[in-house]
Amino acid sequence: MLGKLTLDAVPFHDPIIMVALGVTGLAGLALAAWITRAGRWTWLWKEWLTSVDHKNIGIMYVILAVVMLLRGFSDALMMRLQQAMATAGAAGYLPPDHYDQIFTAHGVIMIFFVAMPFIVGLMNLVVPLQIGARDVAFPMLNNLSFWLTAAGAALINISLGVGEFAKTGWLAFPPLSGLQYSPGVGVDYYIWSLQISGVGTTLAGVNMIATILQMRAPGMTMFRMPIFAWTSLCSNMLIVAAFPVLAATLAMLTVDRYLGFHFFTNDAGGNAMMYINLIWIWGHPEVYILILPVFGVFSEIISTFSTKRLFGYTALVWATVCITVLSFIVWLHHFFTMGSGANVNAFFGITTMLISIPTGVKVFNWLFTMYRGRVRLETPVMWTIGFIITFVIGGMTGVLLAVPGANFVLHNSLFLVAHFHNVIIGGVLFGCFAGFVYWFPKATGIKLDEKWGKRSFWCWLGGFYLAFMPLYALGFLGMTRRMNHSDNPLWTPYLYVALLGVLVIMAGIACQAIQLWVSIRDREKNRDLTGDPWGGRTLEWAIASPAPFYNFAETPHVRDIDAYWDMKEQGLSPKTHDFRPIHMPSNTATGVVVGAISTVLGFALVWHIWWLAAVSLLGIIVTPIIHSFTASDGYEVSPETIEAFEREHAARLRQAQRSPAELVGA
Amino acid sequence: MSAHAMNAQAHASHSAREAHHDAGPTTALGFWIYLMSDCILFAALFAAYAVLSPATANGPTGAELFDLSFVLAETFLLLLSSVTFGFGMLAAVGQDRPRAMRWFIATFLLGAGFLAMELYEFNHLIQMGAAPGTSAFLSAFFTLVGTHGLHVAFGMIWLATMMAHVMKDGLTDTNLTRLNCLSMFWHFLDIIWIGVFTIVYLMGAL
Amino acid sequence: MLDPKGPIGLAERSLIWTATWMMLLVVVPVIGMTIWFAWRYRASNKAARYEPNWDHSTRIEAVVWAIPCVIILFLAIITWKTTHELDPYKPIEAEVPPVQVQVVSLDWKWLFIYPELGIATVNEMAMPTNVPVQFHITSGSVMNAFFIPRLGSMIYSMAGMTTKLALLSSEDGIYDGMSSHYSGAGFSGMKFKAHSTDQAGFDAWVEKVRASGATLDMAAYERLAEPSENNPVAYYGNVTPSIFGAILHHSAPGMLMHPPAAADPAAPASPHAGGHAEGHEGHEGHAMRAADAGAHGHVGHKE
Repeated sequence: MLGKLTLDAVPFHDPIIMVALGVTGLAGLALAAWITRAGRWTWLWKEWLTSVDHKNIGIMYVILAVVMLLRGFSDALMMRLQQAMATAGAAGYLPPDHYDQIFTAHGVIMIFFVAMPFIVGLMNLVVPLQIGARDVAFPMLNNLSFWLTAAGAALINISLGVGEFAKTGWLAFPPLSGLQYSPGVGVDYYIWSLQISGVGTTLAGVNMIATILQMRAPGMTMFRMPIFAWTSLCSNMLIVAAFPVLAATLAMLTVDRYLGFHFFTNDAGGNAMMYINLIWIWGHPEVYILILPVFGVFSEIISTFSTKRLFGYTALVWATVCITVLSFIVWLHHFFTMGSGANVNAFFGITTMLISIPTGVKVFNWLFTMYRGRVRLETPVMWTIGFIITFVIGGMTGVLLAVPGANFVLHNSLFLVAHFHNVIIGGVLFGCFAGFVYWFPKATGIKLDEKWGKRSFWCWLGGFYLAFMPLYALGFLGMTRRMNHSDNPLWTPYLYVALLGVLVIMAGIACQAIQLWVSIRDREKNRDLTGDPWGGRTLEWAIASPAPFYNFAETPHVRDIDAYWDMKEQGLSPKTHDFRPIHMPSNTATGVVVGAISTVLGFALVWHIWWLAAVSLLGIIVTPIIHSFTASDGYEVSPETIEAFEREHAARLRQAQRSPAELVGA
Repeated sequence: MSAHAMNAQAHASHSAREAHHDAGPTTALGFWIYLMSDCILFAALFAAYAVLSPATANGPTGAELFDLSFVLAETFLLLLSSVTFGFGMLAAVGQDRPRAMRWFIATFLLGAGFLAMELYEFNHLIQMGAAPGTSAFLSAFFTLVGTHGLHVAFGMIWLATMMAHVMKDGLTDTNLTRLNCLSMFWHFLDIIWIGVFTIVYLMGAL
Repeated sequence: MLDPKGPIGLAERSLIWTATWMMLLVVVPVIGMTIWFAWRYRASNKAARYEPNWDHSTRIEAVVWAIPCVIILFLAIITWKTTHELDPYKPIEAEVPPVQVQVVSLDWKWLFIYPELGIATVNEMAMPTNVPVQFHITSGSVMNAFFIPRLGSMIYSMAGMTTKLALLSSEDGIYDGMSSHYSGAGFSGMKFKAHSTDQAGFDAWVEKVRASGATLDMAAYERLAEPSENNPVAYYGNVTPSIFGAILHHSAPGMLMHPPAAADPAAPASPHAGGHAEGHEGHEGHAMRAADAGAHGHVGHKE
């Protein structure tokens, strides 16, 4: 009846997990109680969970990412603590059985359920606004994509309390991840959480490409698109091209584990090396899926806050396209030590280095955007400058790892760990935080507190260097990654400093929490009345903050890359009458229902509860069919409603004593 | 059935208006992008098959297993279903619902015939001891061909759904857009099958 | 790794320094420029030049494309050269023939077989200083990486196939060896010591191992292959000949009918196992193809 599931699956014996579950459960209960007291359940369901508005979906993605960041960070803290405690022969407090799950979960969560939803969330929120669109091309699909991602995240969190997670490392290389060496349910949780969220990501990619190609405002040619829209386009093309490979690879591992197939087993002709090739054919583009959009974020920020046009827009676009293409021919650099032969290794080493050329060009473009500008050193710029400095160091160590001769001694060491944290924290995460601060007013109508923002930046920056510079050194000292305990006394001081670094990062996260709290507490003071708090240059700043649900009362006409800046220079003031009705899609519960059933399906498959799997699979097929018969065709927003909104915005602009034309300043 | 169809046809032109004004091309583009991603999924499976096809682990080889004339008949069923779908689409665009429905039913039956033959072949192979767990080659074979078969099955569910839609609302713009996507999907599966036929069966058997 | 004791390690260290210095040539100025530009053009500094519409300069663009191109060109040349020089499969040239060592990674220990000497050890190996060592590496279970940081390159160990590694120690000493690819619960304890001594010391070590009465045959191997953590050092004075080839195919049941002679990669004249897995024999008939493709399946290195 319940497959392999018994009460033993709950790790009652592990106090760490039970406390974590208790705390999470209490926090969930408190949240539920608060929503009930505020009478907000209907509101939550109608305005958020079933929303097809790209802005709401974007915000939900970011909330998911932030929640999962806390979980992933807890894992990081536990790992650092374990390695600092278990040096010089000590055992530490985490046995391998638990520790191995933690580093696997940390990697999976940080990539799939923090970085990805954060990036997809920012794209969702911003891209339609930047290109002057009313919504994405397929709003209902957008909602479904989010819920599939959330379903994957839910599964990985369930694995904490019911059963276990994979003990294989974040890419689950076979044969270790095969049934023979990992008979537990951990790898199954891994497979289904990634497979379900991966489908969501692929659909989100399809949606975003169609949106960018088809829904740009009149006049916005490809080479007048904001750079963030460009990098998003390239990133989504990578998603659509790479994620199916992940799906196929995971499917092969799945049939190996469930049906006794022999894709990657040691026997019957299986070939584990094929898995490693396939997973990295997805995995390397994945890195660029994450980093390209934040390159866009930094480009927007550096131009806006330098009060100057972006230097070398065309070069930046072409550099992005180069990276997109090159990212598919470098995957082998992840396993130079597999014995592929000197020609193959050298080829992939050199293609990898080639990527640093367009990347280097981008860095110079950002520098020359600041050059002869008026750089306002607000929080988003702080993140950007911190990024540039950190990222070039990460780039340098990356090129070093791309030299096979050097890789032969640095591979799999803590040097490698330091390198990819250098680019993922210093690049992707800093970019997400920069974008978070930058677009927070557009999403919520509130500016975030500067003082706490800067504090959090300094903690993150300092914490990052404290945590990861010692890891570079440890790599040189011969310490390999994923060690549960070590016995080299020489390593101990470095591990202590790394732990200290993580604690400083924790202070950075605390500052961010305080920043949110303070900003919302003082929301009247921090309100963004103009819709254009930073002196913006692109279309998202042309409308009120928070953006009205229909985005643009009237489709803008674009004449320049900095479309809104151009409008401000022309002295165009916002229109307040003569609106036409707007057709909007209706909200739908289909996405959230399919997402929920997908979670059940994943759970049933993990535990071999076949009847439940069959029922939920049927539900997943039938729900969209029912949707196709019953979905409403949308509704019209009357011109009066639009006029009321727009007049209020105009009034607030006057209240702020600034007309868009005046914003141009000197 | 045709009486119903005639009746509903009269309403078709009305309900066509209410659909999203210019959603058609965007939907088609989006679906086309999805098909490209599906194509890459198959590319990964083809690559896996190419790598593993020599790994028969002392088990049977393709040359011993594949019955080309059987597969050729299967292939013709699928190709024919693409032709009937094409005629169905022509009729649909021409707002001739009864004719479109007849072609769609023919397509559905041909698809079902294809699937039945595939299932028969799978069963036959397993009976012969050539199960997916026998060797890496057979794992890759069953996965590649089976994934295509799952796609066809999904296409048939979709086709049945669309027939219900067309019966209910007629050949509205929305339904035509959906049918257009389905038709791309169906022809896409044909192309994939030609790849399967060539790389798996022909190159395996000869 | 910072203090290598062999030519491979030394070459790799110097390569790391060269590449790092070359990149620092551009990285340091970029960091400097970032800070300088941000400070110089800060909004409050009204003295700095402000050109809000200046967004293109062909000269600057040419330079910013050229600088990384030049550096990468140099690095690419170095990469091509060193990748061939440091290819782990390339034998080390020396007047003396290399010592052959066959390595098997197991859950979670290392098995070393000296086929020419007919001895085997667990979690300890020895080699004569200044004599090249030719490793043939496979796995009895999951993937690992064989790594002696002081001597240089690592290489993966994978079941059903062999990888090769050539190393040389140029100084007497006891060096730490380990698995540098995560392989499960006992991974952290999967360590060994590599003793580098003069020929006399090596011979004495061999005698010490020989003195152990234990025999490594398939039965003993099966017992050893059971998962265990933090294994003590163990010696086998006798080894069933060609046991490495048997282990190589052991993880693939049904493959044992393959003639073992052709599968022993250490046999000097035989081609590297697995080197002929690609298709051409496939046409020669069923028996040949099945045995060939199934058994050797994976090619570590095409020769």
